[in-house]
This record gives sequence, C-alpha cells and structure tokens, in this order.
Amino acid sequence: MNEDLRSVASDIVEKARARGADEADAYIRSGVESSVSVRMGELEKLIEAGSRSVSIRVIKDKRTAVCNTSDLTPKALDELVQTAVELAKISEPDEFAGLPDKADLASDVDIALQLYDERIESLTVEEMKDIVLRAEQAAFDFDKRINNSEGADFGAERGLVVLANSLGFAGSFPYTAASFSVQVMADDEDGKKRNDYWYSAERLIHRLSSPEEVGRRAAARAVRKIGARKVSTREVPVVWDPVTAAGLAGVVSNAASGEALFKRSTFLADREGEAIASPLLNVVSDARLPAQLGSRPFDGEGVATRRNQLVTDGVFQHFLFDSYYARRLGRKTTGSAVRSGDAISIGGGNLVLEAGATAPEEIIGSVQDGLYLTTLMGFGINVTTGDFSRGAAGIWIENGELTYPVTEINVSGNLKDMLRDIEAVGSDLTWLAGTAAPTIKMARLTVSGL
Amino acid sequence: MTDSGRMAEAFFRDRYNIDGTVAADLIGVAMSRGGDHAELYFEHRQGSNITFEQQHVKTASRTTTQGVGVRVLQGDAIGYAYSEDLSRESMRRAADTAARIASRGDKAEPVDVMHYESANFYTPEAGTLSVPASDKVDLIRRADDAARAYDASIARVDVNFIDELKHVMIVTAGGRMAGDVQPLVRFNVSCLSEREGNRQNARWGGGGRMGMSYFETHTPEMLAREAARQATVLQSAIDAPAGTFPVVLAGGDSGILLHEAIGHGLEADFNRKRTSNYTDQVGNVVASELCTVVDDGTIKDSRGSINIDDEGNLPGYNVLIEDGVLKGYIQDHMSTKHFKVEPTGNGRRQSFKHYPMPRMTNTYMLAGQSAPEDIIRSVERGIYCVAFNGGQVNISNGDFVFSVTEGYMIEGGKVTAPIRNVNLIGNGPDVLRKVTAVGSDFALSDGRWTCGKDGQSVPVGVGIPTVLISGMTVGGTAIG
Repeated sequence: MNEDLRSVASDIVEKARARGADEADAYIRSGVESSVSVRMGELEKLIEAGSRSVSIRVIKDKRTAVCNTSDLTPKALDELVQTAVELAKISEPDEFAGLPDKADLASDVDIALQLYDERIESLTVEEMKDIVLRAEQAAFDFDKRINNSEGADFGAERGLVVLANSLGFAGSFPYTAASFSVQVMADDEDGKKRNDYWYSAERLIHRLSSPEEVGRRAAARAVRKIGARKVSTREVPVVWDPVTAAGLAGVVSNAASGEALFKRSTFLADREGEAIASPLLNVVSDARLPAQLGSRPFDGEGVATRRNQLVTDGVFQHFLFDSYYARRLGRKTTGSAVRSGDAISIGGGNLVLEAGATAPEEIIGSVQDGLYLTTLMGFGINVTTGDFSRGAAGIWIENGELTYPVTEINVSGNLKDMLRDIEAVGSDLTWLAGTAAPTIKMARLTVSGL
Repeated sequence: MTDSGRMAEAFFRDRYNIDGTVAADLIGVAMSRGGDHAELYFEHRQGSNITFEQQHVKTASRTTTQGVGVRVLQGDAIGYAYSEDLSRESMRRAADTAARIASRGDKAEPVDVMHYESANFYTPEAGTLSVPASDKVDLIRRADDAARAYDASIARVDVNFIDELKHVMIVTAGGRMAGDVQPLVRFNVSCLSEREGNRQNARWGGGGRMGMSYFETHTPEMLAREAARQATVLQSAIDAPAGTFPVVLAGGDSGILLHEAIGHGLEADFNRKRTSNYTDQVGNVVASELCTVVDDGTIKDSRGSINIDDEGNLPGYNVLIEDGVLKGYIQDHMSTKHFKVEPTGNGRRQSFKHYPMPRMTNTYMLAGQSAPEDIIRSVERGIYCVAFNGGQVNISNGDFVFSVTEGYMIEGGKVTAPIRNVNLIGNGPDVLRKVTAVGSDFALSDGRWTCGKDGQSVPVGVGIPTVLISGMTVGGTAIG
C-alpha cells in the first residue's frame, strides 16, 4: 500500500504538470481508526472505519490553488487536477507563491523515528474494551464518592502520510496512535457535580500508562474538587500544574507563528533576540523526538523537520515558518507546515517547556497565599496584545500547603508580564500527547472572584 | 417551492445509483444481527474558500468529501462505521461492521423505504459554489477598501469567503428516507489597527444558509467597517476591572451566553446519563421568571437552521424554559426513547464520519418589556458587553466562561470607556436566576457561530435581547 500511494501521489503531480501547472504537490493521508467506549461497565460505542484524502496544490503563473477530495478513483483524481489548475487561474499572482526551495526538502525521509507500532494492527476490540473497563473500574474503586461516569474511550489509529512534488520529492511514513481516557464525577454535599478526566496518548502501545493509573488519576482529580468555592478578588502568586503550563507553552508557540508575524498579530513581533521571559524559561518545538506524537520526518510540504528552539534562557530565538511566509518575510522555512484538508498552516512538532531544577513540592511550599492552577477554560487570549483572561479552577495554597479547591474564578494578566514573572520552573517534566511541561510558578496574576 | 429532500434523493440516485432499494438492502445488512434501530447517513459536501491577505488573493481552494455513515443501536450501545467509497461492496462492509454491536441475532424484517417530506427554511439554489470566483473576489475587495477607508490606523485587512453546499440523505430502519440540500456562506473580515506601536486586532463577519443574496442586506462594507470599528475602539481601551459586577449584555451576539450557560446543559444525552446539572429538573424553576428560552431550527436562512435533522426528524420550535421553568430537553433519537418523548429535531452531526448527538440549532431568549436604555441607566457601575469570540461550559456543574472582545464600562448609568479583552465567568443556573431585566430589542446574531461538542463542529445561531445580570465575575486586571 505504501508504494501504491506514493505512485498515486507522483501521478497526480505529473497530471498537474501535464495540464499546465508550473509546480505542484500532492499530499495523501490514509488511515484506519477504531474506538471502543464503555460507560458504567457497559459497552457504549464501537466505531471502525478507514478513510483517506488527497490534497493537491498547484501553482501556475505564481497563482496558487489547493484542492482536497476523499474520492481517490482515477476519474475523481482527473477532475481534482483539472479543478485545481482552473482554480489557480482565478487566484492572483503572488511573487512569493511556490513550493519550498529544493535544498530544504527532507533527504532523510526514512529516518527511524519510531512512529509505527505493529502491535496496533492486531489490537482487538476485546483488548481495547478490557483496558477501558479496567480504567473506569479503577476510578470507581479509588474513592466511594465517585458516583457517576461520563465513560472511558480507547482509540487506535494507523495510517500512512505520503507526499510527492514536482521538485522530485516523494516520501511517506507510516504512523500509529493509541489513546484512552476516563472521565468520572462526584457530588458536593449540596449536589453540585464535580468532574474531571485523565488520559494517556502515545504512538507505541507499550508506552501507554496502565489503565489503573489513568483511572485513579481521573478519580483523584475529580474528588479533590469536592466542595470547591470561589475566592475573593486579589493579586497572588500562581503555580501552574504541568497540564496548564503545557497550555502556556502552546500560547508561546502560537505567538511565534510566522503567519502571525506577517500579519503583525503577535506580541512577539520585532522581539527576536530579546529577553521576553524569565531566564528560567526554555521552550522547544521538536518534530524529531523518537516515538512522540508530534514527530514526523517531513512537514506538510516535504521540508525536513527539525528541533526549533523558540525560547532559550528567556530570549526569544525565532518564529516558525512554512515556505510561503518565510519567503514573504525573507526568512527560512523551519519545517513547520501543517497540511489539513485544503489548508496549509504553521505548527506541528512536539512542544516542550523544558524542566528546571526546583522540586514541585518546593515550588508549592514557597507560596504563602496563592493559587495552584489545574484548569483553564475559554478563549480569552489575545495574541496580538498579549492580554490573557481565562476561566480557572484549582486549589488554594496557604502557608505552602494545598488546602481547599476553588472554582468559578478567572485569572488574568498580560503575557508580556506573565512570561517575565516566571519565578520557578519545576523538575517534574510531564509528557502528555506530544507536549511536555513541568510545574511553574508565576509571581503574580489577578484572580477575579467574589 | 423547491423540495430539498427530493433534490437530495435525486442527487444520490443519479450520481451514485443509491436509491430506496439499495438503501433497504443496506438497512438489512445493518440490522442483520438484531439491534433496535439503524440509520444510514449519506453525505456529499463541496466547499470553497478564498483567502485574501495584504490586498491579494493568497489561495483559492476547493474541498469535496463524500461518504456514508451507518449506525446501529442496541439498548444504549452504538455501533458506527463509515465509508468514503460509495460502492455497494464498501457500503455493505460498513453496514456489517456497524452491525457487530448487536448480539441478539434476530434478523429484522425487510423494510420498505418511503420518501419523507423535509421542511423548507432555506433555498438550495442559493448556494454560492457556482458563482464565479471573480464575483466573490469583488466582494472581498469592497470589504478591503471599506476597512482601510474607515480609519487611517487600519494597517492590515484579511478577508475569508467560505461557502459550502451539502447534500445529505438519511434512511432509517423504520423505512423513512429524507434529504436536504444545505447551503452555507460565511464572510470574515479581520482588521489590525496600528497606532504609535499599539496594535489591536478585531474580527467580524456573518453569513447564513444563503447565497449571494446575503450580501444584499449585509454588504461587505458593513461587515468590514464593523471589524475596523472594533479594532479602532480597542486603541483607547482601559484595563477591565476584576471582581463581581452587574453585567449588561447587548442584544444579538450575547446569545452565546445562553448557548453556554444553559443550552449545553439541556442536551438530553447528558441528562440521560445524569451527568448534567439539569438532570431531573424538568418542571422546576431554573431561571428568573423573565427568561423564556427556545431552540428553534426553523428560522428562515439562519446559520443554525435545518430542513431535516441528521436522524431524519423535522426541526422544531422547542421551548426549553418558559417564564423561568424548565420545560424540556434538546433530544436525539436515543434520548427520546429513554425519556419516552417526541423528537425535537436536534439529532445533528458534523459529517458522515460522526454519530449524531443532541445539538442546538438556533438558541435564543425571547424579548422582554424593558427599554434597553433604561437597563443601562439602572446600572451604577458595571460592564456592557457587545461582541464575543467564544465560550465554554463544564456541563456537569454549569460553570461557564465567555470572552468579550468589545466591552465598555458603565458608570453612573452611562456607557463610558472601552475595556481590554476580558473573560466573564459564571455558573449557568446561578446567572440565569440573576437576570433582573430583559429588553424589548431581541436580535439574532449574524451567523458567526460554530458549536463544538465531543470533537464535532456544527453551525449554530444564537440570539438575545439586551439583558441585565445583577452580578457576574469579570476577569479583568484592575482591582478595586
């Protein structure tokens, strides 16, 4: 199937050239997914299907068109090529349009990144069901107060990514992914429901956490919210747990998008080489880490992926680029093109907020009155200005100890100050689905409540 | 009057040779191992997107997806499979895969598939896919010009013209065959205002289940000026306050609050599983008596409207809350069986790759008695919210947030300084009890919203009159 789809992709590129395209590439994704869901010990859902899609980009007279279809019959592919070439004509000339420079294309597409686990081919529904049943049961067994479940799901996927272009590039890589999650709830004394979840997601099955560990963790997270209350409005130190800290790294990565730079819609514009954060902060986007979900040998346009250091000791290093925005701004692509459907965007890679030296207990212990942040909600991030205002929940810290749970509060600040205010970075680097972060401490944030 | 159902049936028959006989055969395969119910969802979607940046068309794109989703139900369990290949062999394989959920082994009787009439709340011919791209680019350029002319500080304008035409056909184990042809257009403008190094960004846009006629009432100039106005207003924004304050929601877009605060919690799947805070609350007072909230899939040309839901039921005008009392939930097929109630026409899904769930259509609060200006005048110190960029809710307990992109202080009964982007946080049942005034100025949002649930996105509408909430937590940075 591997060689088959490589030749399908190369044929599409040939057809596009024959129809008058100056340059073309074809990106095919083909996969099989299956999932099993249980709830309250009973089978709830079985889903199984295979799918594939092809995305073609053509450039004619510096005009770009992208077309996408799930129909891979020869007739449909002919139509796809024809539509794309015609669509390019109505686009407008753009001197920056084009495929990547040939020199940037990956020459080591077969590099061993451990992205495929053969074990997933033979994984049965019964095995998947067993894992999620055990995980859900472990959550119920963890604490009597767990009284309901929103279910536990296992999902497995295997597939192939193929790319060919008119510069002679032809590459493919097989991938697998397996994940499972559990979500359970408990009631407050007054009946208010408190829920939480936990999960594990990996490319290789043997790296998944045990069902019992995930179930217990989900239950522990739900139970510790029982009796959660609001607090009064104040400015306090905030300790971000590894989950919320990983979210913060995601915000930095979005702000480092070359597209955002071109649009001047990032607070990091014009800040390359400057200290934008505490010297304790190091953020990396790395698509070449073995066995990680964000890894891939080449990006959505065939460029070799690599390790991109975004922030080193607090200094902002550089933006992430695909070939288009790199060319527009006179930079180099960083192998960060992401292809999905008819769109090419910037992102990808495993995002790591690198570990520091401080034990997480010591970080919590250093706070007299503050918030241990475990949950963020909503869309209140303005990357242009850096304004940050999001719904939050967590646990209040008093005299260096985690005390009572808090909810229905809001944390706000401006990212420019927030990144500088990072006072401690923990040693507890925690990986979750292609991102990793430790506990971090921020000197001050506004907590809104009563 | 066009019958979109018959159009969709003809489409699948002519293009893929899928008719009632083929569908009946697939239903037979789906029910071959027993099962209480099965349905087929055929879909063909064509989409187009023109991306315009820095006064140039960056990319023109087209997407075509097609496939069939097969669902088999037994008790509370779902078997689901789909195929992108609409050949008989592949579709039968998908039906057989979905059938594996059932274990009772009683083969169902063969069904006679009969046409079922869909509604007509929008016109399929209105789709914009056949409109020459140059016409769309003309509209885009008009928007670009208007935004730049609005204010000298407008340094960047990005525009997107996104449209789609979706043919769907649903066939149920009960023998019902229904279809729809769903147009959807959306026009987005993003403006950057840059003044002495201070950059502010704002987006605006709109659309609906319409074609080019949308732009007769909502010109590209209007949409662009609105984005430019919001970006410019932010230039003089002050830090928002932190703490609990009275909040006045302007009519229209603020309906996102209802969607988050109560809409999701009333989706019947959560109540069937007893995971929503509204479980067992039908008949109880859950909001101020000033509140009457409906979910209405029948609004002409609205983004959230449908002619048939994705399980083959007609959409409805469903009263969720009447004068503060909870009347009923938003249902899908599974929940109507559980609660033994009639379908509400809310079984929706993102695509053939997804199983249906109870989903909102257009959710709004009916107009009240108060004059909007009196509502503002009644507030000594508070927040006035006009535009938003999204919200999120924890269904289990009703805690929700929404992000305000255009908001102002209210001081001494007057709207004063604009505030920086701020998040509002509250608890659904709590906030709806704190509705102390409802305006007479109902407005529907202009087709901007997409609802996400369990990883599935569907277009929705929201609406609300001007409303006063006596206290809500405002997530600003200014304390005191």
